[in-house]
Amino acid sequence: MSDVDLRVGKPWKKPPLVQRTWLRWVLVIGVIAYLVAAYMTIEVNWSRVYEGLERGKKFVLAFTDPDFSSRSTDIWAGMIESIIMTVTSSVVGIAISIPIALGAARNIAPLPVYLVCRSIIAISRALQEIIVAILLVAIFGFGPLAGFLTLSFATIGFLSKLLAEDIESMDRSQAEAIKASGAKWLQWINYGVQPQVMPRLIGLSIYRVDINFRESAILGLVGAGGIGATLNTAFDRYEYDTAAAILLIIILIVMALEYISGIVRERVQ
Amino acid sequence: MPVQDLKGRQVWQRRSGRESLAHWVMWLIGVAVFAYCWQQISASTTWFFVWDAPRIANDIWTRATPPRWEYITQLGKPIWDTLNIATLGTLFALILAVPVAFLAARNTTPSVYLVRPVALLIIVSTRSINSLIWALLLIAIIGPGVFAGVIAIAIRSIGFCAKLLYEAIEEIDDTQVEAITATGASRWQVMAYGIVPQIMPAFAGIAVFRWDINVRESTVLGLVGAGGIGLQLSSSLNVLAWPQVSLILLVILAAVVISEWVSAKVRGAII
Amino acid sequence: MLRLEKLVKTYKTGDQALKAVDLVVPEGQVLALIGPSGAGKSTLIRCINRLVEPTSGKVFLGDINLTGLSTGALRRERRRMGMIFQEYALIERLTVMENVLSGRLGYVGFWRSFLRRFPQKDVDEAFRLLDRVGLAHMADKRADELSGGQRQRVGICRALIQDPALLLVDEPTASLDPKTSRQIMRLICELCNERGLAAIINIHDVALAQMFVQRVIGLRFGVVEFDGLPDALTPDVLTTIYGEEDWEATIEKVDDDSEVAQ
Repeated sequence: MSDVDLRVGKPWKKPPLVQRTWLRWVLVIGVIAYLVAAYMTIEVNWSRVYEGLERGKKFVLAFTDPDFSSRSTDIWAGMIESIIMTVTSSVVGIAISIPIALGAARNIAPLPVYLVCRSIIAISRALQEIIVAILLVAIFGFGPLAGFLTLSFATIGFLSKLLAEDIESMDRSQAEAIKASGAKWLQWINYGVQPQVMPRLIGLSIYRVDINFRESAILGLVGAGGIGATLNTAFDRYEYDTAAAILLIIILIVMALEYISGIVRERVQ
Repeated sequence: MPVQDLKGRQVWQRRSGRESLAHWVMWLIGVAVFAYCWQQISASTTWFFVWDAPRIANDIWTRATPPRWEYITQLGKPIWDTLNIATLGTLFALILAVPVAFLAARNTTPSVYLVRPVALLIIVSTRSINSLIWALLLIAIIGPGVFAGVIAIAIRSIGFCAKLLYEAIEEIDDTQVEAITATGASRWQVMAYGIVPQIMPAFAGIAVFRWDINVRESTVLGLVGAGGIGLQLSSSLNVLAWPQVSLILLVILAAVVISEWVSAKVRGAII
Repeated sequence: MLRLEKLVKTYKTGDQALKAVDLVVPEGQVLALIGPSGAGKSTLIRCINRLVEPTSGKVFLGDINLTGLSTGALRRERRRMGMIFQEYALIERLTVMENVLSGRLGYVGFWRSFLRRFPQKDVDEAFRLLDRVGLAHMADKRADELSGGQRQRVGICRALIQDPALLLVDEPTASLDPKTSRQIMRLICELCNERGLAAIINIHDVALAQMFVQRVIGLRFGVVEFDGLPDALTPDVLTTIYGEEDWEATIEKVDDDSEVAQ
């Protein structure tokens, strides 16, 4: 009872998230100081923003009346190029990712192979698509080839990493059972490993196709082919209705891809 | 190609007769589509440049090394801007994503047929358009600068955060919500006591995860004029100052690695 | 004090969970609701505080018909009905104290509850209740650090701090071991006696029910099949409740029977 007698009549407070008082204050003050400093360094030209609101309104309205026709050939060509880049880079990227994923799984690959594959993945993940695209355009010249290479390279980093993680967490005993039957290495991969990771591979691949398409829409900004160049031109000329049309097409294709990937993933699992 | 063989073999075990034939036809169509696409790319490529590529790559490499280290003194402010774009953008995005997520989640939306589709549309449209495109658009509207970058990152992140968050909301334990409802709590109290504590870990994880992605994305926003270190990259590229380009790329790489490390650490601490 | 009149619940799937249930619970009576899974026990108690909206019929708490109330009025009436859950239903990421105080949510405004500034008398009452169930020292622990029995005690405190006239208890012991189950049942019944509360306890375990309650209701396919003293629960009665054309259920009945005999 003494415990209660001590506490009854005293106010109760929720124990704070950070136990140490000084640390709590340091964090709070630090966050506020950062926000103030960040806010101070952002120069906002409010009159420019105010002027822009009118254009913003025009752009939003353009979505209700998008112009597909006046630049239809450009849009069509750009879209086809984007799709072509998506298809080729996804196929090639996925094909290359699979051996690299096998190499990057510690339970399958010997250490030297593992390290090589992991560093390939690390490089691919650290470099962003757009920067890779700039370099590849400088090397290979303008056009969809640079875009294709960029997306293939990015696909490798994404897919290999996730697939390797999946392989590493697979059920050991199933794979061992196949090995025990005297299977060769490739047979072992085919019968012991592949069935376990196949659903995830398919799911990830479709997801990556989706990402590749979205990324292909911006590669044109740096000359690596696709719809981005057309979009950039439309913005430069303040042709909001054409830009709206392109954005709508992108959104629709992405929605369709997401829908398809949902169906496929359900069927695979 | 090994993959096709592998896939073919696996499926071939399961199917027979017409199914197997249909499968091979599908593969054939797939190969044909790929071949056609490749042909298209090949047709719009100047192969002379490609054969020349090793020489050019080598050329760029020799020009770009060593990086111009003293240029780093001019990169302080751009890095600070980049960090601000990422952080403030994430902050705004989270503020906007929370209501959208609550409107989109099946168990909290006020109306499944009216409000939910609108929320889902916001999520899908902001998500499917890259932040660079948002930046282009915002620059056309409110002019170049850091502010356009912040807004671009914020808009792009709304859909991403709202999607993950509404999935988390749909997965909460309903009996906890029921228990709070049974005490006679109001709608908002049920939200604050029954739902919010349950999604807090997911929310924190999403915030840090998206911040990490945003640091990456904000490093290149400058390419279209939306502030940050990309601005320096773009101007250095324009004058073909390769030693500066290589230094900037190194700095960007460091920023990406550090942000990923921070994000991994924080997420580890939360979970 | 609580009166159900022709309470019907039909789910959207077409399943009729309750078929015109009539029931009167006088003040201070503790009754057990038994019956096979799917008999509508959970639906019945959720229809009383309208966590599940009844299809037709009336629920009177005192003189007030709960089924006709607006949301706001319903919330006020819910304060008079404490509820205890099978899986405890504590907010796992909040502290024990916050969980107990959440029972007062119907009495305090949003901002007050949001900022955790509950009135002092609520806090005092929460400490007294926690002490009564032997958990005062756990007040600042997070709910997910507690064992099953401890969690259910916190659940009981949360229901009692509402200052209810009626307790709705849904399978309080289903996730607990036999010893803890008894302790929890004893605690619930003691507290009801101390405070003169009426209670409806949904329970699987017939023997446990007989041990503690004053009245037993047997529910089968949404119909009241038995209403009487615990001692009147003969094997025949159990057969009617749990069914005999269903072989598995009959076997289960035999098991229950042997437990009763012990």
